[in-house]
Amino acid sequence: MTTPSTLDKVADRAARATPDSVARRIGGLSDKAVAWLFIAPTITLLLAINIFPLIWTVYLSFTNYKANRSARGFQWIGTRNYERVLNDSDIWHTLQVTAHFVVWTMSIQVILGFGLAWLLNRQFKGHSFWTTLILLPMMLSPAVVGNFWTFLYQPQIGLFNYVIGFFAGIDASSFEMLGSVTLAPWAIVIVDTWMWTPYLMLICLAGLRSIPDYIYEAAEVDRASAWRQFWSITVPMVLPFLMLAVLFRAIENFKMFDLVVELTSGGPGSVTELASINLKREAFEKWRTGYSSAFAIILFVTVFGAANIYVKALNRVKQR
Amino acid sequence: MPCGRNKNLREEIFMLKDGLRIAAGVGLAAGIVGASSLATAQDKEITLCWAAWDPANALVELSKDFTAATGIGMKYEFVPWPNFADRMLNELNSGGKLCDLMIGDSQWLGGSAENGHYVKLNEFFDKEGISMNDFLPATVYAYSTWPKGTPNYWALPAMGDALGWVYRKDWFTMPELREEFKKQFGRDLTPPTTWKELKEVASFFQGREIDGKTVYGAAIFTERGSEGITMGVTSALYPWGFRYQNPDRPYEMQSYVNSDGAAEALDFYKDLYECCTPPGYTDAYMSANLDAFKSGQVALMMNWFAFFPGLYKDPVVGGDKIGFMVNPAATTEASTLGGQGISVVAYSDKKEEALQYIKWFAQSEVQKKWWSLGGYSCHVAVLLDPNFASTAPFAADFLKAMSGVKDFWQEPAYAELLLAMQKRMHDYIVADEGTAAQALDLLIEDWTETFEDEGKL
Repeated sequence: MTTPSTLDKVADRAARATPDSVARRIGGLSDKAVAWLFIAPTITLLLAINIFPLIWTVYLSFTNYKANRSARGFQWIGTRNYERVLNDSDIWHTLQVTAHFVVWTMSIQVILGFGLAWLLNRQFKGHSFWTTLILLPMMLSPAVVGNFWTFLYQPQIGLFNYVIGFFAGIDASSFEMLGSVTLAPWAIVIVDTWMWTPYLMLICLAGLRSIPDYIYEAAEVDRASAWRQFWSITVPMVLPFLMLAVLFRAIENFKMFDLVVELTSGGPGSVTELASINLKREAFEKWRTGYSSAFAIILFVTVFGAANIYVKALNRVKQR
Repeated sequence: MPCGRNKNLREEIFMLKDGLRIAAGVGLAAGIVGASSLATAQDKEITLCWAAWDPANALVELSKDFTAATGIGMKYEFVPWPNFADRMLNELNSGGKLCDLMIGDSQWLGGSAENGHYVKLNEFFDKEGISMNDFLPATVYAYSTWPKGTPNYWALPAMGDALGWVYRKDWFTMPELREEFKKQFGRDLTPPTTWKELKEVASFFQGREIDGKTVYGAAIFTERGSEGITMGVTSALYPWGFRYQNPDRPYEMQSYVNSDGAAEALDFYKDLYECCTPPGYTDAYMSANLDAFKSGQVALMMNWFAFFPGLYKDPVVGGDKIGFMVNPAATTEASTLGGQGISVVAYSDKKEEALQYIKWFAQSEVQKKWWSLGGYSCHVAVLLDPNFASTAPFAADFLKAMSGVKDFWQEPAYAELLLAMQKRMHDYIVADEGTAAQALDLLIEDWTETFEDEGKL
């Protein structure tokens, strides 16, 4: 173990080893200047790879620029791209599909995640094993999950179809989870729920474990029923954790891309074409850079605005 | 003799020093020579970019002759088809130097020529005596020229290809099936020559038990993500006389794209998809079709001729069990064009070496070997050889297909045009939205918007 005296010795040696010219220069810097010196590389990186692209995207969104035709140049076209995006029925369709996906995945995952956490919090025999097992899906790559669920959903050989067919007493190949217009939106909800419910569960479990036992003991003394304890202690104390998890996951699902591309590529037709898939097609397949920049900015403002409102609500819940 | 010993020791030290000096010198020289030869080897190595599929393997084999003849090494960047266009167009658009030679899709030609991605080859062809008359006119038109049909060459026709069909010859010759088919349709169970016949055959096999296994009618293209469903649908549209525009007034699409014939063809393709494909066949392209056919699931399969040599050699479904046919006719005979030309990438630092490859590749002897290895040559010395039809069981069909090929838009905005068609076709055929006429009307709206953005309307 390094003792303070050892540290002093090391500092002394470092001080002696520092050339006078360097020591004089550093010695003249204020604490604030040294602090800036330390964070400057990070700030520079942030500006270069985050803020500048954002500003550049805003600029491009007012032009007719196409990245694959850069030699042709581009013109300032004002708010034309924004008008086109907002009047495009296909864009509104993708936003509806995205909303369906986000709302249903979040609703189901909150219920299942909280339920699982509540069960695992009971400290039964082997609960660690089950916790680890339940966490496995979220450790997999979305591309892998998308691929193997494609096989599970296969009408002729898929295990999912077989199980449903077995219990429902219908022919397993009589329905197509990924090929049916009505079932495909639910197929992607199921896969996302399978993969990410463990995340909600983990956060809820942390919330549940943070509730001190004495609160329940006091409630017992007050003869509060289990139901009352659940609604008056468990839910309010886990809620900030749960809301935070929902915030993270909702933002992630709003920009969901890889999993759904692997499963359906946005099909059949366009029934599972999420906003992010459409955006990618516009930006990097059709190369409508100006138009897709406008769409990206609209999405960014939407998510940023909604997240801000949500964080305010979260802070209010925490203060209660 | 201490003095003598010292002298000897000194001499030994000098000898050792000399030895070390010589060794160091030799090492240094060897290093320099090695480094320079490495540099030479690296300089004399070019990268060819293409899709990862059977013909690419044949080209690797063929190109060994080029290396032997010129000393220029070959490197390859092969990308699987679903990502090929994305990956390579990104490379070209970013001015990347990864590829010296590009075997790019015919539809990329307009954009690549106008955006300066490809080197114009006219001067080079003139200088080296390479004549476009040595290649099949349809392939020169499709793979080399931009603007279309003008003598401005941006590629050498490299790999001829078209959409064709394969069928299970062994099933077609089963006496009990032939008898039942004749009873049902009043004609022999033969390879279909029209789309109507094709649908009859496909419906006949759909859900049938053969060798204890349920089989299905046809594997067709329905893929949403890249170009699959468009390539499949156009193979029905073209035989119904589909045209992209008024031949006299470019970009005028009304009553051409949405003609009655086009709507009928679209309905026919949708009917075929609904009646006769395996369950869950909603997102299938080349690989899915190959899997379906090779696993004995389907009686008929639509796919590119490029895969036919491999299928013929397949130990399970190849040989006597497989038959090949050209795209069926409807009101006319036509096939969807595949295939690619080979171009020199304008951003390459090794254009001279890349041009040497093109010069070598254009030779008739090389083209003959290319065909023998499994590539589809476009050279007349190969295709117009009187014995060509007998060189492979699919050779005659290939020749017939290439005489009636039609291609998608080759405009610089081809990607936008393609993605719009992918969406409208998948919406109608697979997701069952609206009618064929509505799908085609919406397609015209999309394409009109694109051409307006391009300043062509």
